Amino acid sequence: MSDFTSEFWHYYVAGLTLVSIIACLILLWISGTTKAATHADNTTGHVWDGDLAEMNNPLPRWWVYLFIITVVFALVYGVLYPTFGKFQGVLGWSSQGQHAAEVKKVQEAIAPIYAKFNEMKPEQLAGDTQAMAVGERLFMNYCAQCHGSDARGARSFPNLTDGDWLWGGDPEAIKVSIAQGRNGVMPPLGAAVGGPEDVRNLAHYVLSLSGSPHDSVRASQGRNNFGSCAACHGMDAKGNSALGAPNLTDGIWLHGWGEEAIIRAVNNGINNQMPGQSVLLNEAQIHVLSGYVWGMSNKAAN
Amino acid sequence: MPDSNVNKSVIPITAVPARGGKDDDEVMVSLYAARQKIYPRSVSGLFSNWRWITVWITQIVFYGLPWLEWNARQAVLFDLEARRFYIFNLVLYPQDFIYLTGLLVISALALFLFTAVAGRLWCGYACPQTVYTEIFLWIEKKVEGDRSARMRLDQAAFSAQKLGKKWLKHGLWIAFSLWTGFTFVGYFTPIRELTALSLAASLGPWQTFWVFFYGFATYGNAGFMREQVCKYMCPYARFQSAMFDKDTMIVTYDEKRGEPRGPRSKKADPLALGLGSCIDCTLCVQVCPTGIDIRKGLQYECIGCGACIDVCDEVMDKVGYPRGLVKYSTQNGIAQGWNTAQMIKRAFRPRVLVYTGILVAITLAVMVSLFLRKPLKVDVLRDRGVLARMVEQGRIENVFRLQIMNATESTQRYVITVTGLPGVTIASDNEVEVLATEVRSAAIRVQIPPDAATPGSHPIQFAIRSVGDESVEVSEKAAFLVPR
Repeated sequence: MSDFTSEFWHYYVAGLTLVSIIACLILLWISGTTKAATHADNTTGHVWDGDLAEMNNPLPRWWVYLFIITVVFALVYGVLYPTFGKFQGVLGWSSQGQHAAEVKKVQEAIAPIYAKFNEMKPEQLAGDTQAMAVGERLFMNYCAQCHGSDARGARSFPNLTDGDWLWGGDPEAIKVSIAQGRNGVMPPLGAAVGGPEDVRNLAHYVLSLSGSPHDSVRASQGRNNFGSCAACHGMDAKGNSALGAPNLTDGIWLHGWGEEAIIRAVNNGINNQMPGQSVLLNEAQIHVLSGYVWGMSNKAAN
Repeated sequence: MPDSNVNKSVIPITAVPARGGKDDDEVMVSLYAARQKIYPRSVSGLFSNWRWITVWITQIVFYGLPWLEWNARQAVLFDLEARRFYIFNLVLYPQDFIYLTGLLVISALALFLFTAVAGRLWCGYACPQTVYTEIFLWIEKKVEGDRSARMRLDQAAFSAQKLGKKWLKHGLWIAFSLWTGFTFVGYFTPIRELTALSLAASLGPWQTFWVFFYGFATYGNAGFMREQVCKYMCPYARFQSAMFDKDTMIVTYDEKRGEPRGPRSKKADPLALGLGSCIDCTLCVQVCPTGIDIRKGLQYECIGCGACIDVCDEVMDKVGYPRGLVKYSTQNGIAQGWNTAQMIKRAFRPRVLVYTGILVAITLAVMVSLFLRKPLKVDVLRDRGVLARMVEQGRIENVFRLQIMNATESTQRYVITVTGLPGVTIASDNEVEVLATEVRSAAIRVQIPPDAATPGSHPIQFAIRSVGDESVEVSEKAAFLVPR
């Protein structure tokens, strides 16, 4: 795969490589035909600093053969593997190919372990110690960076242990969330609601829904503007798991609690993404993970 | 002026005869020369006995160790895939490589010490190159005969007998080499399992490769290369001059006593003939495995095997002269005419004493450290995605991941406690079970009461203690973050 726009560079690199290898052979040949004048005392006859002499001890012949073997090896290697410019090599090796082969090897090795988990339902997995140990390790590697090592999340990363589900808490919905990811979009509706004062009133109304401290006067004025919210959050503000719209009447505030946080959400909207893990995990692994995640909020079936 | 004898299209590898260069004694030689095979003559004596003792000891250890069992597993096993290194009751993790460093430092210091005292003891007695060459030479002797018989066989014309002997010799060599390669791999894959796999012809690709590669290296080095390794490849030969000093015991030819050399009748008095003790039998050259003449003085090729000492002593006995024409002596000893007692006294000189002191200190340190080693390692990783949380009742919470490494061969339960801030507790499960030789990653939630600490980072300490054995406890530092 060449990143260069001109073919010239491919030939330049390949040519230089080949020339260097052959140059080593030529160097060996030249040095081999060279001879040194040696006197009876095994020195070259030159004397420096009064008594410093240079000896000529011949190198062993096997060394020459080894050198030639390395040159032959280099040429054979160059034919088999990517060496000369962009020529891929007869074996067709690539680092992506090697990686894919290693992934495949691991998947085949772990398949038997997951085989028995595939038979079990997520509710049963939550009660199986070995499945939960596997799930814990998978969680630590793939999920904990965002959701925390203890799965209790952080701002904008949901708490997976509280029994509250934006997109549905049954195991199948959890599996879809893990595999394909979710994209929670709240459009900016500040203009639809009205001016800044209207938005503030609306915020107090929303606060009143969950029993949080609020300004009652503002809340009653904000109630009229709730219409634009009801389309996604429902007339009763209990949320809509088909859209990922949260329940506004509970005490869970994923993107921050308070008047300012609600005003920000209404004015700027929210675009929250859970990346799908199906590129990294196979179905069996996601099946175990969904059992693990479900089990954190529910009691396992036996 | 090319010589017609020289074939110019191949690399000339023989010396070109003199063609009247600038000086009369000038000869044009090529840069390469073929190896002249060395046929060491057999020798028996004190040093030869010591050489065979070390051969037996080193090889019994090397070939025997993988077959020992411990705790239902191989006693000495380096499980590269699982990254656990078992040495009898020790389960070592890659984090324990410091002990390997310690072992290498001890080996290096020991080398400096005994080389300073008595020269190339490693080369002559313990080096695998020397040991395997000796074993292969012994096989060669048994098949082809003694020195003269071997030389005659090599020069003899092709015959069925010659072919048979050569095949037998190489066959035995190859079998021994394969067994050596097999044993080597047996340190990494349990050797009994390896045996079963070999018999079923289902060795893995890497195991096959290493058995044959190591076997080939043994066969090549001990069968063919022999002294070429010592003379050209091994760096030890070249820097021995840095490790020797004038009081190092080295193999020495007593020139004052031996010269002038020459044959004489056994009954004649050498002094009357103006001859030294050396009868020029050249046996010292014939027994030398590296093919040098020790009478020229200490040379870098000399591996200190003492074969020349053994054979010269034997000859001296036969002609009725005192032993020690070739003996262990020191440069100072020869120059000052010291006797053995005086030379040995010099063995306790400052250099040797300093080496001994450091060696003893480091050996003790490594042994004590191993003895006091706790079979538990813990690393604390704080969750980066979650700096701090405020939870119920205004308490502040931080999440940590503890990597707990169990270095014993039984399942352990560990209790985790935390100190360092007023009211700090662990809100999650604080008891963790870790299987034998396993690593477990446990998520730990640490909480403090509201207003227990000012905003910022505060140092805390985790203490992880084994439930079964109270003495196994590890303490790790961490930082607790309180948001502003």
